[in-house]
Amino acid sequence: MRILVNGVWRETAGRELAATLEELGYGGRIVSTALNGEFVATEARARTVLADGDRVEVLAPMQGG
Amino acid sequence: MLELYGTALASRLLLGTARYPSPAVLSDAIRAARAEVVTVSLRREGAGERAGQGFWSLIRALGVRVLPNTAGCHSVKEAVTTAHMAREIFATPWVKLEVIGEDDTLQPDVFGLSEAARILCAEGFEVFPYTTEDLVVAERLIAAGCRVLMPWGSPIGSGRGLSNLFGLSALRAHFPEVALIVDAGLGVPSHAAQAMELGFDAVLVNTAVAQATDPVAMAGAFAQAVEAGRAARLAGPIEPRDFAAPSTPVVGQAFLR
Repeated sequence: MRILVNGVWRETAGRELAATLEELGYGGRIVSTALNGEFVATEARARTVLADGDRVEVLAPMQGG
Repeated sequence: MLELYGTALASRLLLGTARYPSPAVLSDAIRAARAEVVTVSLRREGAGERAGQGFWSLIRALGVRVLPNTAGCHSVKEAVTTAHMAREIFATPWVKLEVIGEDDTLQPDVFGLSEAARILCAEGFEVFPYTTEDLVVAERLIAAGCRVLMPWGSPIGSGRGLSNLFGLSALRAHFPEVALIVDAGLGVPSHAAQAMELGFDAVLVNTAVAQATDPVAMAGAFAQAVEAGRAARLAGPIEPRDFAAPSTPVVGQAFLR
């Protein structure tokens, strides 16, 4: 399955968002996620099934003004 | 004490965390500013990167409150989604709501801002909208549920100070019960003192401190200016006048012509 992660196309095997994040190396990290522009809470990642062409955003804390 | 959505704060200087030369300088600047609230943001992070995790550890170690922003958002949808993401990651209902309408000035899109504020306030967020000094927009934001407003001094990062003194004074006069924080555009401590003298409740500074030659010293200077400006406001400044008024008594003056 090909999905767009933070603007980069990635080939992934995971069907759910939680499994996909593990597969991509985000396991145990403090991140917040969105799927196709909609927020996906941490507890919803395990039941959020991804489809080919989905856009996933993985955001982390950063400096800001 | 400054009160923001029921939280009492001793410091009236809020500090941004971006553009410092190093994490160590950022930490020292926050301490020198005696800031209790710092702004933070969210950005994309690759699986191999650790910058965000390290930054968040540093902020948590300082024991300050965080005010997450929606910087860079140009639409209501982007801002609302970013606010949701920030609420989860930073575990706070506070959000500094930015909906940018114009790229050269980073002027807020006040129409999108009002709409996003209405949505987020209804969802239980405590919204700090980055706005202009426009009274009608302020009225809309307050009607949406905002109890704090953050009018700009001048464009973000410009260092120009308070561009519209009349407008900012009018805003203060019209909304005496709303917490007003001048955000953006302050360049030097005298700008912060001037905002406090006008009666603003607090100021938020980032670039003027972070990009100073010595950010830690500048953070301390801003803290002093905010305290001086606040003290002056409470002390009751005199009204400006067009002609001189001799400060030395004229009664009893010798006639030596």
